[in-house]
Amino acid sequence: MLRGLWKLTWIETKVFLREPLGALGTIGIPVLAFVVVGRMMGARLTPASLATNNFIGVGLPVLAAVLIAISAVLSLVTIISIYREGGILKRLRATPLRPQAILTAHVVVKLLLTAATLGLMVLAGKRYYPIGLHAPLFQFTIALLISTWSILSIGFLIASIVPTARFAQPIGGFILYPMIGVSGLFIPLASMPPPLHAVARIVPLTYAVSLLEGIWKGDAWSAHLGDLAALALVFVVCTALSAKVFRWE
Amino acid sequence: MHPVIQVSGVRKTYGSTVAVDDVSFEVNNGEIFGLIGPNGAGKTTTMECIEGLRTRDRGAISVLGLDPFKDVYKLQERIGVQLQQAQLQKRIKVWEAVDLWASLYRKTALDGTRLLEQLGLADKRNAWFMTLSGGQKQRLFIALALINDPEVVFLDELTTGLDPQSRRAIWELVRGIRERGKTVFLTTHLMEEAERLCDRVAIIEHGRIIDMDTPANLVKRHCPERTVILATNDPTAAEQFRAIPRAETVTRGDSQFTIRGRGDDLVTEVIHCLSENRIRVTDFRTILPNLEDVFLKLTGHSIRD
Repeated sequence: MLRGLWKLTWIETKVFLREPLGALGTIGIPVLAFVVVGRMMGARLTPASLATNNFIGVGLPVLAAVLIAISAVLSLVTIISIYREGGILKRLRATPLRPQAILTAHVVVKLLLTAATLGLMVLAGKRYYPIGLHAPLFQFTIALLISTWSILSIGFLIASIVPTARFAQPIGGFILYPMIGVSGLFIPLASMPPPLHAVARIVPLTYAVSLLEGIWKGDAWSAHLGDLAALALVFVVCTALSAKVFRWE
Repeated sequence: MHPVIQVSGVRKTYGSTVAVDDVSFEVNNGEIFGLIGPNGAGKTTTMECIEGLRTRDRGAISVLGLDPFKDVYKLQERIGVQLQQAQLQKRIKVWEAVDLWASLYRKTALDGTRLLEQLGLADKRNAWFMTLSGGQKQRLFIALALINDPEVVFLDELTTGLDPQSRRAIWELVRGIRERGKTVFLTTHLMEEAERLCDRVAIIEHGRIIDMDTPANLVKRHCPERTVILATNDPTAAEQFRAIPRAETVTRGDSQFTIRGRGDDLVTEVIHCLSENRIRVTDFRTILPNLEDVFLKLTGHSIRD
């Protein structure tokens, strides 16, 4: 059965890379946006302002990472709904392949994609980013993969409720992008008014942002056990819900 | 001949709609069995319950001695499935699809390259799925249904939407599957397809099976009418034709006569009458009823309505 899972993952990767907008849109655009924004803001930076400018030092890389995760999730939502509409999911189910294996293959492809995009962004950053990168990159990658994995489970839930493939991308974006606004990236959680703070606390992305910011700044994993637990909880709840409501056709 | 599929008293509802109601039949080893009926009659639902893709509400199903609900993965190893209106990944290559499917089964798969050759897809090996014609897509789906060398093959509306030429080519392939000793269970709303391909058919309408037999027996049972159309200038012909024992009606238009009656012997009697009375004819045709007529008779409407 592992043989089938591995083969399906490999084929899904190839099929995704053949998509004209697939690779370019999902990998290229976040990298490009990162470089452009970094250059624009970096031009106005002096070494003195760098220390106080938290956004360019921590916020922007984390925002870029979150955007990578969300575009991977949106791509998953779209693909799953297209596959459902086209009967591809159903055709794969009419084999001895377990349903979980079909979904796992897509998760693995999206995690690979996330890691590849991050890798490209780091390379671009080394060349074009004004402040250089001194963050623990390996650990940050792990943190991003954990965050993506957790948000992917929300993606499956969204994929279960979107009526047709045409609505997949807009509905997914409508649910996921506003989460960035209250995630603490732009307004620190501490200075949020209480109602907004309450919303931020139930938005899964808040915990991903907190984890990513912390790891970027060099925090130990042990300082973020709460974030990890929250992300794991999101995964468990969303996976359990999807298992109930997921539609194969 | 022992049954490889046994279905008894199966019922399936979607909400308040009864899709399949008390359906029972058996499919024997090595035959091509067709479930025929109009769209929405319950063909696909019945087939998908047997394949283990849907759960039945009531009744018993056994395929190769397995329960398709409880032993679904064991069953999938031993059957091959072609689904109605299925697609594959747009940009998957033909050989990749065959290779992927081959890796999904525990037992050693057939040689994919040879299979593609046999199905006439060898030169499409590297083509993306989205670039294939309708007939090529269906042949690929047949390849995927055969890759695990299954004992029973399920084909759901295999030739719907294909042009007559591709359709005939696919029929040849399906006969080839039977020749390999496989059992074939198919659904179709094309009576000609059922008549040409199936050893036995079950007619289903509104979720119920209304009759089941070989196509020839169904025609014999429900449509014994025979019609002979001939043309002659012989002045005594009309009188002679009316004397034929099995001729029920004789109608005439100029030199053309239409003789209707029941039973296979009508045609023999007409020929006998012609030779006995030395009647010269310039045209001679017989019209025999087919499954389409059987369907019309049993349901009161054409299958295309």
